[in-house]
Amino acid sequence: MVPMARLDQLGSDATALAGFAELFRQRWNREAICNETVRLCRVHCQPDQIIGIAGWLMQNFDYAFATLAVEEMPDAGWALTYVFYKDDRAPWIHLELTLDKSISVVPSLVGLPHGPSVDWHEREVEDLFGLHFEGHPRLGEFVLHEDWPEGTNPLCHDFDAHRHYEKRAANAKWEAPTIVAAPGVFAMPVGPVFADFAESAHFLLETVGEDVIRTIPRFFYKYRGVEKIAEGQPFDRALLLAERFSGTAAFAHGLAFCQAVENIAGIMPPPRALALRTVFAELERLRSHAAAITGICNSTALAVATSQAALIEEKLLRLSCEVTGHRYLFGTVAPGGVVCDLSEVVVRHLTSEVGLAAQQLRDLLQMLRYSSSFLDRLEEVGIVSEEEARAYGLVGPIGRASGVARDIRKLFPYAAYGSLDFTVPIEHEGDGYARLRILFAEAQQSASIINSSLSGLPEGQSRLGDIQPRSGVALSAVESPLGAAFHWLRLDADGRVVRYHIAPPSFANWHALHLAAENFAFQDFPIILASFALSNAECDR
Amino acid sequence: MANWVFKGLRIGVKSSAYPRWPDDAPGVSPGRPVNTPLSSTAAAAALAARCPTGAIKGEDGSIIIDHGRCVHCFRCVRDVEEPASWRQGYEWAVQETEADTALRSLARIFGRSLHVRFVDAGACGACMSEARQINNPYYNMHRLGFFITPTPRNADVLLVAGPVSDAMRLPLRKTYDAMPTPKRVVAIGACAASGGIFGPSFAAADGAAAIIPVDVVVPGCPPPPLAILHGLLVAVERKPPAGVHYSLRETEPA
Repeated sequence: MVPMARLDQLGSDATALAGFAELFRQRWNREAICNETVRLCRVHCQPDQIIGIAGWLMQNFDYAFATLAVEEMPDAGWALTYVFYKDDRAPWIHLELTLDKSISVVPSLVGLPHGPSVDWHEREVEDLFGLHFEGHPRLGEFVLHEDWPEGTNPLCHDFDAHRHYEKRAANAKWEAPTIVAAPGVFAMPVGPVFADFAESAHFLLETVGEDVIRTIPRFFYKYRGVEKIAEGQPFDRALLLAERFSGTAAFAHGLAFCQAVENIAGIMPPPRALALRTVFAELERLRSHAAAITGICNSTALAVATSQAALIEEKLLRLSCEVTGHRYLFGTVAPGGVVCDLSEVVVRHLTSEVGLAAQQLRDLLQMLRYSSSFLDRLEEVGIVSEEEARAYGLVGPIGRASGVARDIRKLFPYAAYGSLDFTVPIEHEGDGYARLRILFAEAQQSASIINSSLSGLPEGQSRLGDIQPRSGVALSAVESPLGAAFHWLRLDADGRVVRYHIAPPSFANWHALHLAAENFAFQDFPIILASFALSNAECDR
Repeated sequence: MANWVFKGLRIGVKSSAYPRWPDDAPGVSPGRPVNTPLSSTAAAAALAARCPTGAIKGEDGSIIIDHGRCVHCFRCVRDVEEPASWRQGYEWAVQETEADTALRSLARIFGRSLHVRFVDAGACGACMSEARQINNPYYNMHRLGFFITPTPRNADVLLVAGPVSDAMRLPLRKTYDAMPTPKRVVAIGACAASGGIFGPSFAAADGAAAIIPVDVVVPGCPPPPLAILHGLLVAVERKPPAGVHYSLRETEPA
C-alpha cells in the first residue's frame, strides 16, 4: 500500500501535477496525462476502477465532483468523463471511461460518502442516454416524466430533436411514492402551479401535522432539451441558447459558453474585454443577489423591506439596460470578447450608480439586522450542515453559507479575476440567516469588484474579429450568481455543436433542498425555498 | 417596526406615471427593432441572413420584423453597415382575438379589478422576473386594480410565459380549465408567442396558443414590466393594442 500524500502538500504548480501523476501510477497503475498550462490531469480508467479512484479522490484529497459529461462517439461507443475539482492549487481531474456501444451498464458512485453529489448526474444520464448505473437505488423517471416510454433516450444521436415526440397519455393523477407510514400521516402536494410567481416545480411534503418529515421534489417540468436542440447549430446560434436557458444568469452562462468556444479555437480575448466581462458578470451577480434578497424579505411578509429591495433590484435592471442595452444583459458577450464597450461617461455613471446600490443594500441589511420578527423566521431555519454540503457537492452562496469556500473565480480565475484582490465570504451556520448574510456580503464585494475593474479599465479593443472555427472539446467553468457552472462543449470543424452539456449550480443545489426543508414546520417551507433562491429554468434546461 | 414605516415614508412615491403618461425613464425598456427601409435589396437580405431566429424578412429593399420571433440579440443593429432602426417604447401587446360581448360588458364593470394567475410554462426566468417586477413599487400594478391570485378559481386573466414545455402542457391546460368564464389569456415573451429559440422541438411546443386560446400576445425577450402592464390593459380594453407597425398612438397619453 502506497502512503497517501495530500495534494496540498505536494507543493505548487508543476510539482503538484507531476507528483499527482506519480501518485496515480503507484496507487492505481494508471498513466495521468497532465497539462500544466490549464492545470488538468486526465486519467483513463477501467470500469472496475472508477468507484475506487473517485472515492479515493473525494475522501483522501477532498476533491469535489463537478459533472459527468457523456458523449456518444461515432466509432468508439460511449465516452464518459467524470470531472473533479478542488482548490486554487490542485488540478482539474478528468476520469475518463470508454465503453463499447453494446455495454450499457456503468458502476454507480452513489454508494460513496460523497455519492449524493453524483446521484442526480447519474439519474440524468440514465434518462437521457439509457445508460444503467449499477447499484443506484433510484433510477428512472427523473428528467423525463412517466409519460416517456422506456427505452427512448433523447440525447442519443439517432433521436430526432426537431419533431414533436408522441408520448403516452400523461397520467393526470400522478402521485409521488410516499415513504412515511404512521398514523395520521398525510402528503401535501405543492405545485407545479403554485404561489404567486413561483417557477414550475412539484414538491410532495409528507407530514404528521406541523413538521415536514419528508420532502420529495419532482423537477424538470421545464425541460426544454437545450442540450439536444443545440446539437448541429453553429456556435453563434447556440450562444442564444446558452444565454437564454436561464435568463436571470444569462451573462454568466453566455460567458461560460464563449470561453469554451475560445478554448477550442485557441484564442484569448483582449485585456479590455476580460475586464469588461468581469464588470458585467459582477453587475449580474449584484442584481441577482438583490433579487434573492427581495425574495427572502417577501417570503417573511416584511412589506417595506420587500419594496426597498425591489427598488434596488429594479434600479440595477435599468442600469444594466442603460450600459448594455438589455435589462438582463442578453447579447452582451460573444466569443472573442464583449459586444458592448463602455465610454468614459458610461463608466462614471456605472461607478456612481453601483456605489449607490451598494450603499442602499448596506442600509437595508442594517435595518434587517434589528428586525426581530424577520430574524426569527430565518435563524436556525433550513439548516444544511457543512458535512452535508460537502457530501452533496453544494456550490455558490448556499455552499459558502454552510462552510464550503469554493468559488470558481478564485479556484480557476477567468476573465480578469486573476488580477483582482478579493476574499470569498464564508459562513458556517448553514441556516437561512447565514445564506442571507452571504448574499449581502457578496453583493458588497461585487460592487467593489466593479469599481476597481472600472477604475483600471485597460485601453484597447474589446473584441477580436471573426473566429475561425476548429473542431475540439473544452470544459469551461464560471461562478454564476447561483454558483459554479460547468459547460462541456464539443464543436466540429465547421464550428457546429456536436455535444453541449451544462451542469448548472441550481442542479447541484436543488438536490440539497430536502435537507433544509425536512424537520422544519410547514410555514418555514416558502422561506427555505426563498433562502435557497434557486432557478428551475437553470436546473431543468 | 416604526423604523420601517419611516423608511417607507422617506423614500416616497416611486410609481411610474404610465398609463396616464408615457414613462421614458432610462432603462425601462430595451426597445426593439422596427420595420426599416434600407438602401438596397442586398442590404435587407444581409440583415435577414444575420437574424438567427428568422424574425427579419427582407422585401424590396426594406425589412419587416416579426416581433413574435425577435429575441433581442441586437445582431441586426450591432456591427452591421446598414443597421435596422431600433425604437424605444414598450406598448407592444397585440390583440389576437376580439373580446366576446360577455367579457366586454364585464370589463366595463370589473375592468378595474382584475385578478391574474401566472403560469410558468418553461420560461427562462427573465420573463418571470419581469412579471414579478410589475408588483414592485415602480410599476405597482395594484394602483391599476391588478392583483395576482394564487388560485385559478379566482382568476380573470391567465398570464403565460414560456414555449410550453411538454411536462407543462397538462398543468397549463388544467389551470385554464379551472378558471371561470369569461376569461382571457395573455402570453408574454417570444417563447410564449412563437416558441422562441426553444420550440417547436421534441420537448417544447411553439408557444402557448398550441395548448390554449391566447387573446393577447406581448412580444419581447423578455417584455419589460411596462409592456406586461400594457398587455393586461389591452386584455381589459383599457388601452389600444399596438398596431402591426409602430404608430404615434403608442406614446400618446391615455
